[in-house]
Amino acid sequence: MPTTFRIKRFNPESESPQPYFQEYELETEQSDTVLDALIKIRESVDESLALRCSCRGAICGSCGMRINGHATLACKTKVVSLESPDGTVQVEPMNNMPVIKDLVTDMGGFWDKIRQVQPWLQPAGPKPDAEYIASPESMKHLTGVMGCIMCGACVSDCAALEVDHQFIGPAALAKAYRFVADPRDGASDSRLLALNTPGGMWDCTRCMECIEVCPKEVGAMDRIMDLRAKGIDQGMPSTCGSRHAEVFADLIEHKGRLDEPLLAMRTFGLKNIGQMLSFLPMTLRALVRGKLPRSGPLHRAIPGIDRIRRLFRHTRNLP
Amino acid sequence: MKYAFFPGCVSKGGCPELYQSVMQVYPQLGIELEEMTTASCTGAGVLQEKDLRLGDILNAHTLALAEQQGLPIMTICSTCQGVMSQANHRLKSNPEYLAEINRVLAEEGLTYRGTTRVKHFIWILLEDIGEETILQHVKHPLTGLRAAPFYGCYLQRPREALGFDETPSRAKSLETVIDLLGAEVVDFPGKTRCCGLPLLTINQPNSLKMVAHHTSDAKEYGADLMVTPCPLCHLNLDGLQSKAAKQNGMEIDLPILHLPQLLGLAMGLEPKGLGLSRNLVATESVLEKIGISV
Repeated sequence: MPTTFRIKRFNPESESPQPYFQEYELETEQSDTVLDALIKIRESVDESLALRCSCRGAICGSCGMRINGHATLACKTKVVSLESPDGTVQVEPMNNMPVIKDLVTDMGGFWDKIRQVQPWLQPAGPKPDAEYIASPESMKHLTGVMGCIMCGACVSDCAALEVDHQFIGPAALAKAYRFVADPRDGASDSRLLALNTPGGMWDCTRCMECIEVCPKEVGAMDRIMDLRAKGIDQGMPSTCGSRHAEVFADLIEHKGRLDEPLLAMRTFGLKNIGQMLSFLPMTLRALVRGKLPRSGPLHRAIPGIDRIRRLFRHTRNLP
Repeated sequence: MKYAFFPGCVSKGGCPELYQSVMQVYPQLGIELEEMTTASCTGAGVLQEKDLRLGDILNAHTLALAEQQGLPIMTICSTCQGVMSQANHRLKSNPEYLAEINRVLAEEGLTYRGTTRVKHFIWILLEDIGEETILQHVKHPLTGLRAAPFYGCYLQRPREALGFDETPSRAKSLETVIDLLGAEVVDFPGKTRCCGLPLLTINQPNSLKMVAHHTSDAKEYGADLMVTPCPLCHLNLDGLQSKAAKQNGMEIDLPILHLPQLLGLAMGLEPKGLGLSRNLVATESVLEKIGISV
């Protein structure tokens, strides 16, 4: 099967070190993965092509790269499974990290952020005579997150990291959850406190890219949501992020619906009045343009709000 | 074709022009709507940060109401669609969990059997109304207009809950509709990315960077406008565009249209009736381009 591979090349040691695309025509087999094809290109067409790989079995996490616009493992992606309008397979290095050469990225920043969450067990209390015991049931919810192979795909396609490299990112947050939710760990509060700061768990934009691209179904964003819920439950100091979630729920309980101005006012609070006021010009323009809520200027509660309130109360009584 | 209509909070709040434009276009498309006035907000993924199960209970309540009516639900918001699809997926795929949620609904004399289908207006256009019928309604093809699609995360991910495996065409629904209306699709990398709204009250600079990045990028790719099936994206991309441009030292001015507004223009409906004057980024350039006198 003839296939065109459009590969993003970059050589920092060339005379003009600018990234560019180079096309390769290759005869591929039905069973070929993108990694097989790249290795064929390197071995038989262009030995200067740089890529990183090892196990070829989706275990080591070395061959993370962007294929047709999304991060994935090259060894887990069959060429025949790819859809592209012009039949071309586009291969690029992972995003949100520096490129060393061609498809090889510098994972240094990735590991720094993993280390930042202290990814080791920190049990409290006296040392047991033998190992720290946890029942299989109490660890079951961690099997998904323990499957992370640190390939960097989630970090590559993270929308929040794209605009802010200070954000700790989905891989490190999923790793943090692995220890926060471990029944043997005694440092849950200090871990959550460290993540309850700018660049931490509230800076995820909930776009679900990390869930979609993960080759191991770690579900990083879901774990970030679990961290947020734990932070709220354990009474971490409130932030704009936690207040946003709490006020949102409160508005639904009392009105059955969103009330955008009230949500903003109560989320920002007096402490952040400057930020609140910065929306004033936009609000005035919206009013001039006739953007008046159909539910009334004060967002009346929905008909049947009593039942919604009762549903909240019933839920509170659940175990 | 009749649907239980779930308008969502934003079409009744920050984007009244969306509700207005839907009311203009739907009667002509051969569908009937019965508005769900007693259904609550889906939680928009925000309430779920605090309590996922509570979110599922509220959405199960909405799904049960539609089930009682014997109607599928029509949404007009990517976020409402995605959050309800996810809740429905969790409930349908886990009978024990559904039973647990039903014990709460039972307190209100309700039960959800797991039969309600939830469809965004754009899916209804393509899958229920059909391309041929849409083409029959295109009285004013948008020839020469270059439209950049912007889906909203919840209409793209996660694929499984959104039924992309059974209906793969949903992944490209916006491009298909733009094409049917006679406009040219401007394919740009940001079309399935995040608009930044969830970060607006948490990290405003990052949120506005996303707005500036996607709108300026679409413009660089040659777009005359951007079209979105998500009013939450619209709040950020349209409402905050000038603030985002200022923050990032740019001039952007890219009109952002709700999907029913673009559809309505192609159907030959009056711009005023479609609420175009309520969009914060001026839409006159779009009207001029398709030969509608301003």
